[in-house]
Amino acid sequence: MAEALRAYRAVVASRARSQASHRASFRMDLVGALLVGIIEFGEIWVLYSATDQIGGFTLAQIMLVFGLSDLAFSLADLVAGHCDNLPLYVRAGTLDVFFLRPQPVLAQLVTSDLSLRRIGRCLVGATSLTVGLVLNDIEWTAGAVGLVVLALVCGFVIFTAQFVTAAGLQFFLVNGAEMTNAFVYGGRYAATQPTSVWPRSLLVVFGAVFPVAFAAFLPVSTLLGVPGVAGLPVWLGWCAPVAAVWAVVVAGLSWRWGLRHYRGAGG
Amino acid sequence: MRPLTPPARNPYWRFLLAGFRGQSAYPLATLAGLVANATFGVLKGSIMGAAVESSGGELAGYTAGSMAAFVWLGQGLLGSVNLWGGSDLQTRIKSGDVAVDFLRPVSVQASHVLTDVGKGLFGLLPRGLPSVLIGVAIGGMVLPSDPSAYALGLISLLLGIAVSHACIYAVGTSGFWLVESRGVAVFYLSFSGLFAGLYTPIYLFPDWLLTLALLTPFPSMMQLPVDVLSGQVTGVAAWQHLGVQALWLAIVLAVGHLSTRAGRRRLEVQGG
Repeated sequence: MAEALRAYRAVVASRARSQASHRASFRMDLVGALLVGIIEFGEIWVLYSATDQIGGFTLAQIMLVFGLSDLAFSLADLVAGHCDNLPLYVRAGTLDVFFLRPQPVLAQLVTSDLSLRRIGRCLVGATSLTVGLVLNDIEWTAGAVGLVVLALVCGFVIFTAQFVTAAGLQFFLVNGAEMTNAFVYGGRYAATQPTSVWPRSLLVVFGAVFPVAFAAFLPVSTLLGVPGVAGLPVWLGWCAPVAAVWAVVVAGLSWRWGLRHYRGAGG
Repeated sequence: MRPLTPPARNPYWRFLLAGFRGQSAYPLATLAGLVANATFGVLKGSIMGAAVESSGGELAGYTAGSMAAFVWLGQGLLGSVNLWGGSDLQTRIKSGDVAVDFLRPVSVQASHVLTDVGKGLFGLLPRGLPSVLIGVAIGGMVLPSDPSAYALGLISLLLGIAVSHACIYAVGTSGFWLVESRGVAVFYLSFSGLFAGLYTPIYLFPDWLLTLALLTPFPSMMQLPVDVLSGQVTGVAAWQHLGVQALWLAIVLAVGHLSTRAGRRRLEVQGG
């Protein structure tokens, strides 16, 4: 484990050096990532300003949800977002090289390309979360602090697992890579919404199968004491670790299944 | 074997057709796009529907049915307009391939724009129509009863697709000066969706933001065609929409034309 971490640290350090050497380009990428994030928050601001509340949540409350989920997703994107490149590697035959090296294929995929510009994106989520925590009337007990930290960690695990699940499916889809966008990026979008407005089909897809509702909305509704889903208890947000474990199991199965299916690109 | 077709009298028609046919070669990619499109549509439909409901059944002129029409027509258009900012031209300038384009006896601008418009028109079949069908079947989308909405809507749709690709071309010509124009594409991507009305109707914006949006070509690509096609806007107002779109088309085409002429003199291809 320590060995693996050292290898990962070496890769990250080399990436940091190489990406920071093109200073102007790196700075522009950072600003770009920041801008995209700010505009995405702008959309939420427009929508919640045009109405008083949606699904029982006000702008200040949804800032917490947006901040938490966006921060967790951005961190997951930083660590595993390049799993999206898998179809490219499959088509180009680069993936075959991964099999020759004495390291797990997934570990090599995760360290293959680390875009540090994605750090810019984390700032938007972190800011929204901070402002949300200040604006809302929260009683700061040890439990409340624990819940926020727990949600952030579980959100990160859930979104990372989503990227890996998608990568596993890519072995089958290749040209249909966009299909997994439905739950990876659709999941990010879903995580910023109040589950209370969802029809049953969305509850099943994004509350259970790809459990992004547990990444931010349900923990926040527990924190604020606002029921998230009609008929379910307010403490549901504490179940985030269960959702995270489930997401990891699904990701593991999908990845193994995909890897076993892979027969090389024949290059 | 079929005899080879003689060279077309009008090569530009060929570009349009080639773009249209090129896209039909990837059925799985098309299906994948539709699945992702529909998922986003259901999510967007539920939050926008809830927003209308919490405002007492009417929000900025939209009812539940017309908001659903806004959502699903917008989703349907996504495969036909380019809101992400990158283009073939951009890649070809970076790689130097654009030099070959300049050697051909056809207009570089017309060939690029028409190929993309052809792709966009094809996108209406596997993405546009199914989105509308899904919207009607499960999204509670209301279709306009007035036949003139469809006639004007189709013209508006065509204009919207043309404005989008002509604009992308003009943006891509910035590569003649910058070579690596990815930053420009990211800048484009950040504003295009918001101002085109991809997420919420632009009429929900505060006044200053709405004014700002209307000073860009983005609403002409999506919000205006969706307004006309859904029957949200009719009569004189619909004609005004078409006029605004035609004006923007003229502007972005002119900009693209001038910057191609100027950029051509700047172009330096490295390597051999």
